Amino acid sequence: MGANTHFDLEEVTVRQANQALQEAEAGSFSIANPKGAHALACGLDAPLEVTIDGHVGYYCAGMNKEADVRVDGNAGTGLAENMMSGRVHVTGNASQSAAATAHGGLLVIDGDASARCGISLKGADIVVKGNVGHMSAFMAQTGTLVVLGNAGDALGDSIYEARLYVRGEVASLGADCIEKDMGPEHHEQLRKLLDAAGCEGVETSEFRRYGSARKLYNFNVDNVDAY
Amino acid sequence: MCGIVGLFLKNKELEPDLGRLTALMLREMRDRGPDSAGFAVYGDEAEGTKITLLSKTNETDWDGLAKGLSKATGEAVDVKTVGNHALFTTPAEGLGARRWIIDNAPDVTVLAAGKSIELYKGIGDPDAVIEDYALAKRTGTHAIGHTRMATESAITTAGSHPFSTGEDTCLVHNGSLSNHNRLRENLRRHGESFQTENDTEVAAGYLSWRVREGDTLNEALERGLEDLDGFYTFAIGVRNGFAVLRDPIACKPAVIAENDDWVAMSSEFRAIAQLPDARNANIWEPEPSTIYAWSHN
Repeated sequence: MGANTHFDLEEVTVRQANQALQEAEAGSFSIANPKGAHALACGLDAPLEVTIDGHVGYYCAGMNKEADVRVDGNAGTGLAENMMSGRVHVTGNASQSAAATAHGGLLVIDGDASARCGISLKGADIVVKGNVGHMSAFMAQTGTLVVLGNAGDALGDSIYEARLYVRGEVASLGADCIEKDMGPEHHEQLRKLLDAAGCEGVETSEFRRYGSARKLYNFNVDNVDAY
Repeated sequence: MCGIVGLFLKNKELEPDLGRLTALMLREMRDRGPDSAGFAVYGDEAEGTKITLLSKTNETDWDGLAKGLSKATGEAVDVKTVGNHALFTTPAEGLGARRWIIDNAPDVTVLAAGKSIELYKGIGDPDAVIEDYALAKRTGTHAIGHTRMATESAITTAGSHPFSTGEDTCLVHNGSLSNHNRLRENLRRHGESFQTENDTEVAAGYLSWRVREGDTLNEALERGLEDLDGFYTFAIGVRNGFAVLRDPIACKPAVIAENDDWVAMSSEFRAIAQLPDARNANIWEPEPSTIYAWSHN
């Protein structure tokens, strides 16, 4: 497989395209006519450049490792689910559970992400230029969620050690999620992520940080009688 | 799982294509609901009432039933049969005629009644249902369709979606309601009649009841958010309009797309991708507990 390999999903199946991508060790690829197909560019395991021209269905770029996947369009449920490394960029909106359980890499969503964005996040970074829906970063363990717009209800419910930065309004915080101070290290981290996601003209001072109050997941000696 | 689709045309020039486009969408949702399928089309308005009927036995004497209805209402009844369905057209008042058939024809399920609605459903492969009832050839202003993976009640034709209990109102549902038994009993006390054990029929009955009590569709749906307990993405059709509602948790999928020519909703984008110029439509995921509605004035 060389540079600029092209797949038209009106001519090949999703399975054929995915198999070719999964076997490739390098190169750039483009995929046309996705028309909402599921599981496109899943399980990639090499530093490929993949561009998908159109809207994709569920689980696009799931389990991504090293590859740089760009979707010119919207994405369905489970975008970049369990991503390990690399980068996934969607120019439109993403549906529910984007970057669920993702361990590493960067997910950039130019539009909105709906409910449960970054649920059970395990180390990846997510930058959403629009809004995120309810229950985002639910039980997020580590990693970062940056939201340039607003966050829906119950942000960061039962959160562990993930960091959440929100520029707009937060409808409500979930259990054990609190606002925290922005220290120099937070400004620095946020700046790096904003730059990586191409957010020009956005200042880190416009954001508030949220994280765990650490009361829910730590053992509290006052509760010893309950055990 | 289940798959749902809805298409509401804004551009009159697309009306001859309504059925063809809806069929393309519904075929895409076949995998989500292989047990049964159904659709409602809002098309040519009848002078009186159109009543879509389903025979439970495949042996119903439609002409005999039409004669009985005609005698009871004093109005003529025209009969057209399609497979195990029949379409009655009569100047008689719709809900009265519906009630008479429910009370007097135990081998028949009344699928819908109204000026504009026609509703067809069947068990088995959705593609076959689409073919058998000639969805692709139907014309009209808006349509709603469903492919069912049965959870709350048995796989029967009558238990397939859409459900319609009020005039020109119908509903398709992805999800399950947990308080339908109690609600069905309450609605019966308010005069609603039910023909199945299905949870979605209760939601349809609930909306019919509220609209009969004077609520607008929006008011009825607002109240439904309080009274209907469970998981749902609903697509709802009324004579001149179309609405979408998701429950507050919103774990059942939905996507809406809109351009100058049409509004479409489906469980997944791949159904909408079948429509002309879908790629450039405004596409978004409906928010939980939020009513999205469109109507022709």
